[in-house]
Amino acid sequence: MRTYRAELARRGGLHELGAQWRRLPRPVQQFSPALALLAVAATYPFYLSSLPTGNVPLIYSFPSVRSAVTIIVFTTMAVGLNVVVGYCGLLDLGYVAFYAIGAYTSGWLASGQFQQVRFHFGSVGVAHTANGIHVSIWLVLLIAALLTALGGILIGLPTLRLRGDYLAIVTLGFGEIIPQFVRNADSLHGFDLTHGTFGISPIDSPGFGNTLHDSLGLPSAYSQQFDADRLFFWTALGILIVTIVCCIRLRDSRLGRAWIAIREDETAAGAMGIPLMRTKTWAYAIGAFFGGAAGAYIASFNAGAFPSQFSFNISVFLLCMVILGGMGSIWGVTIAGAILAWLNVEGLANIGTWLNDNIFPASHQIEVAKYQFGIYGVIIVLMMMFRPQGLIPEARRKREIEEGGHGPLDDPLYEMRGADEPGAGERGSGGPVPRG
Amino acid sequence: MSERSDSGDLLVADEVRKEFGGLIAVNDLTFTIPKRGIVSLIGPNGAGKTTFFNALTGLYRVTSGQILFDGHDVTDKPPHAITKLGVGRTFQNIRLFPQMTAMENVLVGMHARLKGGIIGSIFGTPRVRREEREAREKARELLRFSGLRGVDEELAESLSYGDQRRLEVARALATEPKLLLLDEPTAGMNPQETVTFMEFVSKLREERPVAILLIEHDMKVVMGVSDRVTVLDYGEKIAEGSPQEIQKDERVIEAYLGKAATT
Repeated sequence: MRTYRAELARRGGLHELGAQWRRLPRPVQQFSPALALLAVAATYPFYLSSLPTGNVPLIYSFPSVRSAVTIIVFTTMAVGLNVVVGYCGLLDLGYVAFYAIGAYTSGWLASGQFQQVRFHFGSVGVAHTANGIHVSIWLVLLIAALLTALGGILIGLPTLRLRGDYLAIVTLGFGEIIPQFVRNADSLHGFDLTHGTFGISPIDSPGFGNTLHDSLGLPSAYSQQFDADRLFFWTALGILIVTIVCCIRLRDSRLGRAWIAIREDETAAGAMGIPLMRTKTWAYAIGAFFGGAAGAYIASFNAGAFPSQFSFNISVFLLCMVILGGMGSIWGVTIAGAILAWLNVEGLANIGTWLNDNIFPASHQIEVAKYQFGIYGVIIVLMMMFRPQGLIPEARRKREIEEGGHGPLDDPLYEMRGADEPGAGERGSGGPVPRG
Repeated sequence: MSERSDSGDLLVADEVRKEFGGLIAVNDLTFTIPKRGIVSLIGPNGAGKTTFFNALTGLYRVTSGQILFDGHDVTDKPPHAITKLGVGRTFQNIRLFPQMTAMENVLVGMHARLKGGIIGSIFGTPRVRREEREAREKARELLRFSGLRGVDEELAESLSYGDQRRLEVARALATEPKLLLLDEPTAGMNPQETVTFMEFVSKLREERPVAILLIEHDMKVVMGVSDRVTVLDYGEKIAEGSPQEIQKDERVIEAYLGKAATT
């Protein structure tokens, strides 16, 4: 491989190509991989049918468009969680709570759950005589996101005073409380809020209504279209893109710097004028915002919200995506999120089928999907051992690893070797501020 | 107590006391810093200098006493609020944001002086973009001013020790302080770097309206730059005066300086 590349380089091929590449304007360099990825993803429903099906080596078959929707929505949640964990360094083990709040907001505002009332606002695909609250899903997505952000703030206010492990434990608690609440809130003083273990179903589908359908040809209601999955797919992709763009913009803003500063050194960040509580609460709110939108969307896609969906596993699973992708790295988290979500949705089962068909003898068939959490565990352990920075490390971390200690101004100051650990030796009356 | 009525004082600490369990780290210390003055705090290890610093900047809650800064009562205010009022600091053990570039470190220091909000940042409104551009320009100037060249885009952790110290000062200056607290800024510096640092303090004093409170063990620095020196021992003020007076003070010599310092 190396000699081949060297050969190419000698002929000027790769080398020339690399030089050409570097001559392109920076925005082109930065965004063309993303645009290429987007093009491949957006056209997926079109070329899926021409891809080989059944017995593709290892993966058995490519994910259906329907599976792809779930994959994209979970990736969106991972990108949202990345704001909390990756940027701000707050270990959140209860992200599933945000997913639940989003999904149930969808249930409340776009289904027949509340039979006592009849309220329609821009709803599509629902008879006008139907009881219940039926708000347009587009609006519901926004309301769910805002409501979940509010939930994030409410959860954040008491918990964000804690640091490290303690925060993780409390968020874990909230991640358990909310699903338990929805499971049991079917009779709050006789009022059925969540319909208990049965969940809320059916939830309305997105769509543009008859007027826009007739004038612009937009689908009036996704669920009534023959290619509903494709429409859900593209919409999910749109939500993911909006999430990614917002997260990139925020990362490079004043607030994003404050988040990263808190992650790096909370005490110093406070001393530099960053209001710790408010900034951390914002990280929670933003993370919750996207989690809520994703939750509301998938509830509409599944046409239902059920308490069994919101297990602790989901929180851990999303956290795995962030760790695997590289904490703080948008692209890493996106790709790792897609891979892990695919494994979860159908990948492991498919790999198992392929292995059973082609490798394992008929007498020793193994249901790979049964070992999913063992497999995720192994993946995480291997990552921590061999690539702790994640698949695609955050740019700043990558720089650190590539350059090591060889910054241009890192000439050794021999006189001060012993001072590499400041405060060591005879100096130092205070040391770092002990806290927590 | 007579110092309190002195209206020229930027900072007035009145009988500040800090106890850790049974240990009295700062014992009813009364202390003032005049506007644009350079005051040094010296004393043996464990005398309570850094504790006093941390109380001034809100990292510790004082047990009793009051701290007035620029007319505001800052006792028990959170650190970010005190910073916003105009107190910038460095840390004894360098506490930069290691995985952020030198430029970003300085920009973080400007946090309280910038306004860019969430919505404006997401949509990249002209106002936010302009603010961001101006902040970067200013950060660049501050880095130059603090003697850092060509390292704007280097990660803080990959800078040399001396540059890290300089960057901490630049970051503190970015908060636009009226009072700059420097906690052992020359710790671990070689003699040449120490001289450079002293020149920097003089330059700072000439070009910016900032008062400085210095904790320092290097007597050459203390005597070279201070208007006034306060000596702490076991949390109490044992002497205060001009560098010359302090050098002759019997108690100070006994507790801290040693005989050699008088020669």
